[in-house]
Amino acid sequence: MKENARINWPINILVAIGTLIILFPLYMALTIALKDPQQMAQSLFGLPKQWRFDNFANAIEVTNFFQAFRNSALVTTATVVLTLLTNSMVAYAIGRNMERSKFFKGLYFYFVSAMFIPFPIIMLPIVKLTASLHMTNLVGLTILHTVYALAFNVFVYVGYIRSIPVALEEAATVDGATTWGTFWRIIFPLMAPINATVGILVCLSTYNDFLLPLIIISDQDMYTLPLVQYIFQGQFNTDYNLAFASYLLAMLPMIIIYLFAQKWIISGVTRGSVK
Amino acid sequence: MSKRMSTYYWMTIPAVLLFFLFLTLPAIQGVYYSFTNYNGFGKTYDFIGLRNYINLFTDNVVGDAYWFTIKFAVVVTILVNVFSLLIALGLNASIKFRNFFRGIYFLPNILSVLIVGYIFNYLFSNVFTVWGQSLGINALSTNILGNENLAWIGVVIVAVWQSIALNTILYLAGLQTISKDMYEASSLDGAGKWREFWSITFPLIAPFFTINMVLAMKNALMVFDQIVALTNGGPGRATQSISFLIYTGGFEGGEFAYQSANSVIYFIVIAVISILQIRFLQRREMDM
Repeated sequence: MKENARINWPINILVAIGTLIILFPLYMALTIALKDPQQMAQSLFGLPKQWRFDNFANAIEVTNFFQAFRNSALVTTATVVLTLLTNSMVAYAIGRNMERSKFFKGLYFYFVSAMFIPFPIIMLPIVKLTASLHMTNLVGLTILHTVYALAFNVFVYVGYIRSIPVALEEAATVDGATTWGTFWRIIFPLMAPINATVGILVCLSTYNDFLLPLIIISDQDMYTLPLVQYIFQGQFNTDYNLAFASYLLAMLPMIIIYLFAQKWIISGVTRGSVK
Repeated sequence: MSKRMSTYYWMTIPAVLLFFLFLTLPAIQGVYYSFTNYNGFGKTYDFIGLRNYINLFTDNVVGDAYWFTIKFAVVVTILVNVFSLLIALGLNASIKFRNFFRGIYFLPNILSVLIVGYIFNYLFSNVFTVWGQSLGINALSTNILGNENLAWIGVVIVAVWQSIALNTILYLAGLQTISKDMYEASSLDGAGKWREFWSITFPLIAPFFTINMVLAMKNALMVFDQIVALTNGGPGRATQSISFLIYTGGFEGGEFAYQSANSVIYFIVIAVISILQIRFLQRREMDM
């Protein structure tokens, strides 16, 4: 019991109480989603006496949940895959040449300086541009997410690539491998840890993004999950049980991923931000 | 050019073109339109020089949006950093179930900002008011989001609740880089907890303090989703943030050119604040 003696109990209790502030809104969301208006009138904070799973069935039907989920999942998956494949390659070319070439050094600053450009600056013109290019759809959304990710990802990837010894590539070159082949067969696999970080960050930001779909998607069949919650506010305002069932459904996929990959997500996000 | 180098060029050129098309070009277009009277949907427009910019500086709607956004960002940045650091210190102490608690504190970071806003919107109107009434606190017994003077505090609460997640984890990562030996040395010298924090812990996590201040400030200056979910800029226009104003004015108000000028100013404000912050905080890091 020596371990126990050294536990700082007062702090432990404070930390535990603090989590209640985090959990309370989520507890309310969960219980409201499972009640009906009468149960809410009887007890606002209590657990539901009778679990009304039909709120979820209603929400799925009213908001066309599966379609919105499919859209969000498609855009998120496609963006993550495309970002990992393209952004790492761009960063590799920059990272290996910026020391000796002004062109690549210039590219590095061109991409990275865009981190300071807030999205609202380009928001108005981008709507006209995507409309004229027929990109007001899920493909357009994926392309824009991938291109905008470059600014931050070039920064993160280049830092990592420069820590990989060049000797590996030189050996491959002697064996007759092309630059292209060297990157995909030797360097890309070595980038697995940083790819995990970038993948997690891109997944979170794409799945939860609201502003970009809001301004470029107008076709109802292409609504993503956050956009659906916005569009249905009118109906939700009169039916809280339906609203909260819908909110929970929209958050559920990410919560499930978080339950299984919590350690990875936390370390990935930390590494990405501290870079 | 060697074949090797040409492969490197081909690896970047498509990305450069797309980046120019979807980021640089719209930014240039935004600046271009800011000198016109374009309304966003018509075919014709005229150049009006700096008139949009001159009007911006005398426009109360714009002034109020800057005042709200900056006030909001400063308060959120301070509160988020204070709470995050306290929670991180708590999580770094010798406690049980640390990973479990850490997992809960980080949870808000993975949730949609918009949906969290909607959940709190309900809490403000139907739950906190019940508490206010039963505790007999007047300020709480009506929905603060409906009160012109208090609505911004509601937005602050939601932003702080969610932003603490990321900053706590970053502070915790910083605290874990400090070796136990440092503390053992200081306790031998008889330093109290308070002294220990200011003379050992805080200087050693200074780089994390810089990152957290800059991240929290930048996110708060861009506040949009919370405004949509909580107040829609109201009551009146008490909680209209700059990005919300650019969105509503530019798309719905026929002020495409005018709001383009606004976004140019907004960009300059954010860039200046970020650079000043980084300069100031990094100088402090070196002093410590």
